[in-house]
Amino acid sequence: MSRRARFAWFWLAAITIVVMTPFASFAAGESIGGTLIQKLGDEKLPVEGVTVTVIQDGADVGSGESGADGKWQVPVDGAGVYQVRLETSTLPDGVALTDPEKGELSDVKVREGQAKKVIFPLGEGTVSTVSTYSRIGALFIAGLKLGAIIALSAVGLSLVFGVTGLVNFAHAEMVTLGAVAAYFFHGSPVGPQWPIVIAIIPAVLVGAGFGWLQERALWRPLRHRQTGLVAMMVVSIGLSFAARYLFLIFFGGEPRAYPDFAGQPPIHLLGISMVPKQLATIVVSLIVLAGVGLFLQRSRSGTAMRAVSDDPDLAESSGINVNRIILITWVLAGGLAALGGVLFGLNEAVQWDMGFKLLLLIFAAVVLGGLGTAYGAMVGGFVVGVAVEMSTLVFPNELKAAVGLAVLIIMLLIKPQGLLGSKERIG
Amino acid sequence: MDWSSVLIDGLLATIGPITAAYAISAIGLNLQFGYAGLLNFGHVAFMLVGAYGMGIAVQFGAPLWLGVIVGILAAALLGLLLGIPTLRLRADYLAITTIAAAEAIRLLVRSSWAQPLTNGVFGIQGFADSFFALNPFPASKIYGIGSFVVTGRKLWVMIVGWALVALITLLVYRLIHSPWGRVLKAIREDEDATTSLGKNVFAYKLQALMIGGAIAGIAGILLAVEQQNVTPDAYLPKITFILYVIVILGGAGTILGPIVGAIAFQFMFFTIDALMVNAQSSIPWVGDLLTPAAAGQVKLVFVGIGMMLLMIFRPQGILGNREEVLIDER
Repeated sequence: MSRRARFAWFWLAAITIVVMTPFASFAAGESIGGTLIQKLGDEKLPVEGVTVTVIQDGADVGSGESGADGKWQVPVDGAGVYQVRLETSTLPDGVALTDPEKGELSDVKVREGQAKKVIFPLGEGTVSTVSTYSRIGALFIAGLKLGAIIALSAVGLSLVFGVTGLVNFAHAEMVTLGAVAAYFFHGSPVGPQWPIVIAIIPAVLVGAGFGWLQERALWRPLRHRQTGLVAMMVVSIGLSFAARYLFLIFFGGEPRAYPDFAGQPPIHLLGISMVPKQLATIVVSLIVLAGVGLFLQRSRSGTAMRAVSDDPDLAESSGINVNRIILITWVLAGGLAALGGVLFGLNEAVQWDMGFKLLLLIFAAVVLGGLGTAYGAMVGGFVVGVAVEMSTLVFPNELKAAVGLAVLIIMLLIKPQGLLGSKERIG
Repeated sequence: MDWSSVLIDGLLATIGPITAAYAISAIGLNLQFGYAGLLNFGHVAFMLVGAYGMGIAVQFGAPLWLGVIVGILAAALLGLLLGIPTLRLRADYLAITTIAAAEAIRLLVRSSWAQPLTNGVFGIQGFADSFFALNPFPASKIYGIGSFVVTGRKLWVMIVGWALVALITLLVYRLIHSPWGRVLKAIREDEDATTSLGKNVFAYKLQALMIGGAIAGIAGILLAVEQQNVTPDAYLPKITFILYVIVILGGAGTILGPIVGAIAFQFMFFTIDALMVNAQSSIPWVGDLLTPAAAGQVKLVFVGIGMMLLMIFRPQGILGNREEVLIDER
């Protein structure tokens, strides 16, 4: 196949994958609305006659009152960022916000044509206080869960770096692809609507296939052209950018949750409240990461992968088919990133730029553990996940990204080769 | 489709103040990426810091000219802060740190925690009144021929913007043709050889990152002044990638490359957008495939694809010299 034809192939395949995902539907006329529901144990009661005000740039845009079914809606003029305030004085007796700070949402983004839904969680008149112990415990579990997702996604990035020297900035889009593919097989009305537990399998295969395709159609031809690594990084960031906006075009800007396990009720273990899917995420990730470790240590391909990582020339001269090993690495990286994406989507929501949002934390994990080391990426992932979630004890939630960046920079200053990396890699 | 109005809108956008701001920012990126070989994937952060440095200073009562200086210094300082931990390491560490920093800084600025200083998502407004007070053209008077017209207010920003482009280009020309510039190019070509000649490679790279950052700060300030508004969401990561396409398209490592790139890019960007929006509404199968909002995003997919294809097939862009841009290894 000629080089030109290969590029054409690559784009055709990439576009086909994305076109499979359901099309976004935009209704005309922007609005902000929601349903006010009071939760009393398992019972859900609509709350009537509560006023909600929408504000932009300090000026009232409009207000609405909830009906007998608890529904309210305020039309707004065009896309933008709005502030939404629940007038707590209009709440009926015995109904209160479960989190008094959530009565005013300062950052409600409305896209063109979007009927934005916002939620005000309402409970009984009194607010239960959470002990510090259970708060720390819950954050620790959340941190492990985030760490499990980061570790799964980061291992592939680190392995690819190890065998090719390329920092693949499009790795984030491999994470998104996994989540989007799982949404197609699971939640999309045009897909087969398998349960999410089944849909994970084809999603991981799609991810692995995308890894294979990238290596065969893009990176291997580029290596044969002797393209420099800096140029390749620029290419990877171009790929990342194109793929991200293809997701936006065909998946839409709305975050979507997988229907299965959405709003799963929490369980209590040792006085700590946690959601079962968090535990499942941690367990699945640990099992898969252990499998990756076994593969690297025991299998022929895994040993060869470590050999190529150490010294490609020496590996090649001792009879290892380096191109084959690199291809296996890309397939593995694509599959792991896709799995990370599905678990991320399961715990949060599927969104066109979810991978890019995770990328900062993936980089922090990879640098913390040592760029190019698979085990370092695993350890780094869990450390970064726990550190970022625990930081919300001290800093507001919005500063999670800044905490990730701080971890990255501090590590580069004190030990740039990372916890498990070797010195000669970095300079 | 009304071709003449598409063409006129495209041309107006091409010579507008936004293109001037992109050209300035691209000159800064060109100094870092084109001349010094530094992979700064968070260039937009320098624009944000420049604009906020100015906005915050003016908010605290500083005159606009002082605010501009504060903004430029703040952008240079960001270069120092990001450069010190990364520039001694392989090229990828700078790329990783800058792309991470760009988003982290934007989220930090828009957070409620930083609200007392930055006014969060609402941003800072109305700091450039003294700039518009200097406008010699009546603000609402129309200048131009036929439908190719701009208001006096916009004309003023355009003239200042393109004058800045010329001034900064001259400055970079002098820098690059000085001994300092020759060392910078030598570092890009062969870092070890330059080190062995006794040059402090780290210091040169750091200076290039800071000067390029300060230039991006000026671009951020120009954008903010044009809008009379600084909001965090005007400095999204996509701007960095647009700037890369501009620099590579025009010719990385050439003096006029960023300007040619900015003009060519803006014209294509607006034409593709107009074509897509038109196709969406007039060609049935495109209308079935894409919603109007999605059609407006297609141009950004082309930015990414263009970045890949340019880097692969024509890394020297329009004006560049192929020998100079074979940035291999590191």
